Amino acid sequence: MSSTTTPAGPSDRTGLQATPVNLRGRSRPGEQVIRIVLLLAALLSVATTIGIVLALLRPALDFFGDVPISEFLGTTRWAPQEAAYGIWPLVSATFLITFIALLLAVPVGLGAAAYLAEYASPKTRRRLKPVLELLAGVPSVVYGFFALTFVTPTLLQKILHIDVGFTSALAAGLVLGVMIIPTIASLSEDAMTAVPLALRQGSLAMGANRMQTTLRVVFPAALSGIAAAIVLGLSRAVGETMIVTLAAGSRPNLSGDPREGMEAMTAFIAITAGGESPVGSTSYNTLFAVGLMLFVITLLINIVSIALVRRFRQVY
Amino acid sequence: MTNVAATAARETVVLSTGRSRDRNLKSMAFLLALWFSLFFGVMVLLVLIVSTVIDGAPRFDGELLTKYSSTLRPEQTGYRAGILGSVWVMVTTAALAVPLGIAAALYLEEFANPKRWYNQIIEVNLQNLAAVPSIVYGLLAVAAVTAAGITERGLVISGAVALALLILPVIIITTREAVRAVPREIRDGSLALGATVWQTTWRQTLPSAIPGIATGTILGLSRAIGEAAPLLMIGTATAIRFDPNGLMSQFTALPLQIYSETSQSREELRVAASAASIVLLVMILALNALAIFIRNKFHRTW
Repeated sequence: MSSTTTPAGPSDRTGLQATPVNLRGRSRPGEQVIRIVLLLAALLSVATTIGIVLALLRPALDFFGDVPISEFLGTTRWAPQEAAYGIWPLVSATFLITFIALLLAVPVGLGAAAYLAEYASPKTRRRLKPVLELLAGVPSVVYGFFALTFVTPTLLQKILHIDVGFTSALAAGLVLGVMIIPTIASLSEDAMTAVPLALRQGSLAMGANRMQTTLRVVFPAALSGIAAAIVLGLSRAVGETMIVTLAAGSRPNLSGDPREGMEAMTAFIAITAGGESPVGSTSYNTLFAVGLMLFVITLLINIVSIALVRRFRQVY
Repeated sequence: MTNVAATAARETVVLSTGRSRDRNLKSMAFLLALWFSLFFGVMVLLVLIVSTVIDGAPRFDGELLTKYSSTLRPEQTGYRAGILGSVWVMVTTAALAVPLGIAAALYLEEFANPKRWYNQIIEVNLQNLAAVPSIVYGLLAVAAVTAAGITERGLVISGAVALALLILPVIIITTREAVRAVPREIRDGSLALGATVWQTTWRQTLPSAIPGIATGTILGLSRAIGEAAPLLMIGTATAIRFDPNGLMSQFTALPLQIYSETSQSREELRVAASAASIVLLVMILALNALAIFIRNKFHRTW
């Protein structure tokens, strides 16, 4: 049976197909052409992924021809000018900054989500949610600039008296945390709203108050959705470029001290791409090796997140 | 026994006063913490806007918008090239991404059989693409335009390709949601009258879903307009002193120009970068407001 007679919509298409009467009417070749054009548009997304892998892999393989992969993953000094290619300072900086960001964004994002899902009236929710989402709309360059002009000199140095440098992992992490609050809050709120009302009613009927209901019933029930929200926030933080480039600086640093500046993976890519390395040179190919590393890390994080969302959808 | 009775009696008292189970110290502290979390974000947004406005206040003048960037006379540096470049790239990005995104979404919602393996691959792939770092899209665009035989760096078309690939998943996902919200009865009615699937999609489903699609598209574009990282990858110049005049023209974009002038040590350039940040924020706020307006004005519930 050709697909031209299948009804629109994703489900329930077996009913028509079972009828013995020919409902096809006259054949419409145009319909098939349109279907194929639309399919090609959808396949572009697959082509994009393949394109990303190929675009990263070919220069990265050239790079690993010059620099053994054991040096890339096995040594801890990153100084491309002196041909020292141990990626760990970049990776550790990315994860330290991301960790600081999550330390801020997870409690604040979950708190905001719990308030919106469990306490706020529908009217309050309708008004506050767009404001919260505006935080996600602020361009990362503006956030990075904010980290340099306000967070470091005013908040950290003057108010909190923390001895931070002009660039620091702490400032970058805090601002990055603010940027991913909406991601975590919005998705966790969806997960909490999806918890059936009957569970809350049961808890309240047993004499629990709203705090106990939120913490002991709604929270565990929405846990996989919340976990997926946090993982997505994590993947945003790892891939964010301009904030870490501006606020964390461009000095490879394995110290793990959040008060010091350190170069994250994305910052290295951004700064090196801004320079003039000739196409095909080892320093140019380094970009793609680090880019491949970044892509693999976010891919792994995304797989975890997709698996969590799947589990979360099956619960109710 | 007396203990149980006493507890029961206390509970009755508590219940009779309505919501007072929520009025103990711990619950109030919890609620306060939730309030704080919610207003933390709003506070940061306010501080960000106010501090940027104060920093940029000396440069809210016409020259900020009409002059080109200048390191010789930093007190008169302007963002004309960046603003025009951003507009050029945005329009090109929209022209590339919107038709493709809507087509892909219509295929997935109206034509695809979700049980087929290739359709499932498209689904998973889409979820994954939505979380790929923007800088990686920049690396992809470099490879794509090089493969197309364009060797010059930093062209409008290269920037638009990078940003279009970046926002395509966003547009597809929001369009699908809008299309899915159109009730099944509308499609069934159309099909029952003898329309084909495409006629139904084009004349019934798509027009009903347009407000949702417009909202999602505008939000996607507002994300793209603030992106600097992919443009940095394709080698976009930062100090351009002419207006872009076509797809094959070199350009610079507003966020990129802000990035480059923040990295300068001259105080005047930083002041101008603050003022330009406000210009960028206003552009994004305007796009967001437009999206919210469309959503509220044309939103239909069936």
